[in-house]
Amino acid sequence: MNNGEQTDMRTTDAAQARQEGGGACSETGGDCKFITRNVNVFYGEKQAIFDVSLDIPDRAVMALIGPSGCGKSTYLRCLNRMNDLIDICRVEGTFLLDGEDIYNGDIDPVLLRARVGMVFQKPNPFPKSIFENVAYGPRIHGLAKDRTELEEIVETSLRKAALWDEVKDRLHAPGTGLSGGQQQRLCIARAIATRPEVILMDEPASALDPIATARIEELIDELKENYCIVIVTHSMQQAARVSDRTAFFHLGKLIEEGPTEQIFTAPKEQQTQDYITGRYG
Amino acid sequence: MTEEDKQAKADESAASAQHEQARQASAGQAPASAAGASASGDGGSTSSGDAAAGAVQRVDWHSPEMLARLRRRHAANRRMKYIGLGAIVLAAALLGILVSSLVNNGTSAFRQTYIALEFDLKPELVNPENMRRGKWRRIVKEGLLRALPEEYRQNRRLARKVLKIVSRSAPYALRDHVMENPQLVGRTISFEVLAADPFDQYNKGIIPAVIGDGEKQRPNPRLGGPELVRAFEILKEQQRVSMPFNWGLFFHADSRLPETAGLAGAIVGSFLTLLVCFVISFPTGILAAIYLEEFAPKNRLTDFIEININNLAAVPSVVFGLLGLALFIGFFGVPRSTPLVGGMVLSLMTLPTIIIATRAALKAVPPSLREAALGVGASHHQMVFHHVLPVAMPGILTGAIIGMAQALGETAPLLLVGMNAFIPDISNMGLTQPATVLPTQIYSWADSPERGFVSRTAAAILVLLGFLVVMNALAIWLRQRYSTKW
Amino acid sequence: MRGVWAVMILLATLLILALAALAGWLGWRRARRVELVSTGHHDRLHSRPVYHGLYVAIWTGVPALLLLLLWVAMQGTVLQALLLASLPPEVVEGLDEPARAVIVNEIITRAAGNALPGEPAPYIIEAVQRLQRWQAMAGMAALALGLAVALAGLAFAWKRLSPGFRARRAVERAFTWAMLVCASIAILTTVGIVLSLIFETLRFFSMVPLTEFLFGLRWEPQIAIRADQVASSGAFGMIPVFAGTLLISAVALLFAVPIGLLSAIYLVEYASSRFRAVAKPLLEFLAGIPTVVYGFFAILTVAPAVKQFGDAIGMPTAPNSALAAGLVMGIMLIPFISSLSDDALAAVPKAMREGSIGLGATRAETIRQVLLPAALPGIMAGVLLATSRAIGETMIVVMAAGIIATLTFNPFEAVTTVTVQIVTLLIGDTEFDNPKTLAAFALGMMLFIITLGLNMLSMYIVRKYREQYD
Repeated sequence: MNNGEQTDMRTTDAAQARQEGGGACSETGGDCKFITRNVNVFYGEKQAIFDVSLDIPDRAVMALIGPSGCGKSTYLRCLNRMNDLIDICRVEGTFLLDGEDIYNGDIDPVLLRARVGMVFQKPNPFPKSIFENVAYGPRIHGLAKDRTELEEIVETSLRKAALWDEVKDRLHAPGTGLSGGQQQRLCIARAIATRPEVILMDEPASALDPIATARIEELIDELKENYCIVIVTHSMQQAARVSDRTAFFHLGKLIEEGPTEQIFTAPKEQQTQDYITGRYG
Repeated sequence: MTEEDKQAKADESAASAQHEQARQASAGQAPASAAGASASGDGGSTSSGDAAAGAVQRVDWHSPEMLARLRRRHAANRRMKYIGLGAIVLAAALLGILVSSLVNNGTSAFRQTYIALEFDLKPELVNPENMRRGKWRRIVKEGLLRALPEEYRQNRRLARKVLKIVSRSAPYALRDHVMENPQLVGRTISFEVLAADPFDQYNKGIIPAVIGDGEKQRPNPRLGGPELVRAFEILKEQQRVSMPFNWGLFFHADSRLPETAGLAGAIVGSFLTLLVCFVISFPTGILAAIYLEEFAPKNRLTDFIEININNLAAVPSVVFGLLGLALFIGFFGVPRSTPLVGGMVLSLMTLPTIIIATRAALKAVPPSLREAALGVGASHHQMVFHHVLPVAMPGILTGAIIGMAQALGETAPLLLVGMNAFIPDISNMGLTQPATVLPTQIYSWADSPERGFVSRTAAAILVLLGFLVVMNALAIWLRQRYSTKW
Repeated sequence: MRGVWAVMILLATLLILALAALAGWLGWRRARRVELVSTGHHDRLHSRPVYHGLYVAIWTGVPALLLLLLWVAMQGTVLQALLLASLPPEVVEGLDEPARAVIVNEIITRAAGNALPGEPAPYIIEAVQRLQRWQAMAGMAALALGLAVALAGLAFAWKRLSPGFRARRAVERAFTWAMLVCASIAILTTVGIVLSLIFETLRFFSMVPLTEFLFGLRWEPQIAIRADQVASSGAFGMIPVFAGTLLISAVALLFAVPIGLLSAIYLVEYASSRFRAVAKPLLEFLAGIPTVVYGFFAILTVAPAVKQFGDAIGMPTAPNSALAAGLVMGIMLIPFISSLSDDALAAVPKAMREGSIGLGATRAETIRQVLLPAALPGIMAGVLLATSRAIGETMIVVMAAGIIATLTFNPFEAVTTVTVQIVTLLIGDTEFDNPKTLAAFALGMMLFIITLGLNMLSMYIVRKYREQYD
């Protein structure tokens, strides 16, 4: 692989992106957390994402919508380099997190993932106790000096995930014993515990019932005060309810991005309108 | 590039770079403690300001403590990776040692030393009416002495000893040759006889002429003294010694003499035994699997059958030998040592393999095919036997071949039912005649005291492994050739 | 003569098969004719002609062949009993069972036309002729009876054929029964194993007390056969044999479990797909090598190397040390453990792995803290199966371990194992009447019980473990 050349290109791309970045975010009045430019993703020979450029604001919820297979999850997983786990996956383009190129050779994916947490489609608590689940991240990253501090972190995280009251009496019961909605909130608490700056959510409510979904959505609303949240969702209603900005993906391309209200009421693109009005998807 | 490679590289360069960054960042502010302390984002950041610190405490990921910790974590990760790699390399190395020690010892047995001599078939030594009673040993001895210098002929002790150079089978081989061509009697013929095993090995460089070192050097006793070694060297100088490919390894039956021992009996025996095994276990296994997969109601009986099948697959093979001994031989009176009883025992052991493979193959047939068959009015039986079974056949055959390959290598149960018979003649082999099979032949040879059997054993193992590789390759080919993606 | 008898049985089998084929064809033709001339609903065939044919063929062939099989299986036993009864009473009187068996065996061997040393007694010659006559008669009778049953079956089936007859149903029912019988062979095999072991084991315990077998510290079966000192000498204590088995198995597992597990971890978590594509078949090849090959490898390469090593470090080492046998058995177990651990690790849901990596854990942290705990039951089950295999493994120890039972835990000494004893006690000609042979069955019983327990435990763990993730 011609690594040197690639790094050079990355550096120049990154510099350019840094200069032009921030435009879209200023509309919301916040800062840009992520600036991504000319993103192409390949699985072996097959291209999954075509030339996507997208800015993601801090302290806001960005929703990625689109029909299944449109690349929204793939894009999301580029943001904390989860795609590195897939052997045949190749990512091109610029991803700036706070102006820093996360695909730069100097960036350690381990650190990156601590800063950019992730919540998955299916709740995936570890086969450990509730406490150990939440303490897992702080422990491996060494975020707590001693047991008291660790307990503090666990409590804070569970409180923020609105789960504390339900589990405070059984912190040492297995995490797998919780209900689906509780498990997902446990996973959110687990992600919060490493004190990330960004939380990526990949259809976090798709496996849950309506009541649990509502709780998760409330939670997202609270969390956006402090975090940059990117959420992939299947449900347009959900996107409309929780997000500040919405990006519509179709067949690996970013069709349209804008304030959620505008996307849902006055989309600029015909394709977006077709999708939103239920012509396909 | 895998994540690990990237990560490992990142670790080298990043640790120093980030450390640098962090120092710059903390130069302006108070040094942040690794955990808990509120630090403002990271050093390179321009956009996230101190305003963020209010609600969520941010971690200073680039503090020296954190970076040191990170380095340790990556080092631990690399350690684990290399230990795992080491384990695999060790396993591969052991396999390498195994194969190379077999090849080292075995390849020499694929060639065999022959000595070309002239034999004078004097009528007074060979009576054409009764050639069997001819003085063949003497003819061979004289043939040897003709080729050797005067001193061997003069010295009676030496003259008697020279026969040790050629195989004890040489007189019989010469006799058989002349009996097939009676017109040769009275003439002098040129004929190649086998060298005796020690000289075969000496010729191949496996054993030296002199053993011990320094003061204690002495001629190798196995070669019968320095005179014989000299005689052999003389024969060699006369270009009489040759080492052609050893077809006898495949076409001779077993023998007490290493130089004439071959695998023909074992190969035929293995074939017959596998035939019995296949004839019993293949149809039985398929029918059993079809029943369990397609027809069996979910009840105690079928549950019990399943548990039994899984258990049988893990019962030690020697126990099956005990079963064969007590039940087949002891109770039903099946003749001992025969391919029939061996095949019956092996078929019980192969059955679980075939049943499990067949069930997997049947499971892989998509429901759409079944529904299509039922949809055009086929009965359940017709659906299974006309539509599902043919589609599943390649998978079933693959399983059957793998089962047969296992059966081919099975030794212990066959030893118990006596399938280590000594078969010096393959003309009289049959399902109810005593027989031996490849693995038990290997066991018997490995147990033989003669040195020559060491390389014979290794060669027999190579032949066995060759058969296994061919069978497995066939199974893999079959699987790939007919594998259908649904 | 035995020859006549065998020819008769073969002839009967072939005749019955031919008759069944013929009957099938007749049945098919009859139905086919009806089908061709059928005009309306009332005379239409319920089943296709081929089922009519099959129905007749099954009724003709199957009962007759089953009868023949039963005949062949039972004839030997019946004739033996008759033979014994027909012997002059003055010969048999006062002889115990083994001695009678010797006489009967001699008669059977001679009747089969095989030469035996020595001139037979006149009563034996008589018996031989009698037996040969009986065998010929039995052959004739089998042939006649078989054909009669086949014809009866044919007649019965033929009478039931009619256009409305549900031949397909009947044939399918027969097939279902055939399949059920095949499936039950798994049970029959287990029953056969248990019965043959129990039967001989009980006979063994009638000669040697159970407590002595279970708790005795000396195992000297070869000496014990000489005289009637069996029970008193206490030479059938299984403790040293089992200790040897455990010692060798422990060496094997200590060697194989870490290597197998670590290589599985590397293959599942670190290796590139290309590396896997090379390494997996290599491990599979290692797993497919017959154990007799490992045994030869042990005596050829490993045992001398271990002896050299032991002597070099000042440990007196036996040429067939437990360490050598255990190491080679370990090599054999590596691919087994690796593949089972591989399965267990791969069965941990992908989400678990991603959840951990997504929190910024390294691979090693993910493996140690999430994957291994989650896969532990599966790995444990694999190790149990491996233990069961190590205990039951035969050829490696037969070739590379000792024969003398020594009670020691020093791996540099030679020990013997259960399987070695079974094979050495039973190899060669065996008679089922002395404690030496029967001891092998008692050991086999123990082996069966222990491995069965380990397998069941392993299966139980796997089943519980599966429920966790489904």
